[in-house]
Amino acid sequence: MANLEPSKQRRGLVAIDGAMALIVVLLIVQIWLLSATLETYLAGHVGAVLPGAIFSGLLFSAALTLNSFVSRIDKASRRP
Amino acid sequence: MSLFRSPNEEPLWKDEFSVFTSDERYVSRRQFTKFLTLASLGMFVGNLWILVKSRFAKAPTFPAMEIAEANEIPIRGVKLFTYPTPQDHCILIRTSEDEYVAYSQKCTHLSCAVYYSAGNDQLECPCHQGFFSVKDGSVLQGPPPRPLPQITLEREGTKLIAIAAKGS
Repeated sequence: MANLEPSKQRRGLVAIDGAMALIVVLLIVQIWLLSATLETYLAGHVGAVLPGAIFSGLLFSAALTLNSFVSRIDKASRRP
Repeated sequence: MSLFRSPNEEPLWKDEFSVFTSDERYVSRRQFTKFLTLASLGMFVGNLWILVKSRFAKAPTFPAMEIAEANEIPIRGVKLFTYPTPQDHCILIRTSEDEYVAYSQKCTHLSCAVYYSAGNDQLECPCHQGFFSVKDGSVLQGPPPRPLPQITLEREGTKLIAIAAKGS
């Protein structure tokens, strides 16, 4: 760790923290979406189920992209 | 190598069980991000499960059941009955000379029994002040998230027959 360039590491940490915060926001939206979809489904309205699943899939793929971004940045910031 | 341990070294048990709890409990950013992504996958799977369930759900079948005689209850009067099973309590209301409506008596908030308030012409849940419209069972006020399930009625001569339950 002592060999790392401090500014590079700091930039990496900021990017990782930002990406993590974004994933947390996406997850909160997904939790809300799941509860809203379940609520409408239990109320007998099935029209919102398919858009809910599609949107949830999009949010998951965004979280997956951010996860790979975090891994890449993390590796890059550890590289001497 | 010394045969004896000096007295001011670490305790013997720490030498023999060299597990560092603080290191074990440390969660790196990458691990935490992975956990969040897995949680996101869980939410997506939940949505997919609802989708699959809605696609393959069988439409429920309801028996036709005689619930009352048409002139058995007065105008703005009620009759309690059970439909489609003895555990499903319902309320039949005569709103005018020839109009009857029936709903599940179970409040959609926390399942308290609703009653008909003739003075306010609405269905009321006494537990948390949830009010429902008599016309269609929709929520007028209060915490209930959904309308009351409506019982579809048919009239055969003087008999009122329940044939289905909508929104249950």
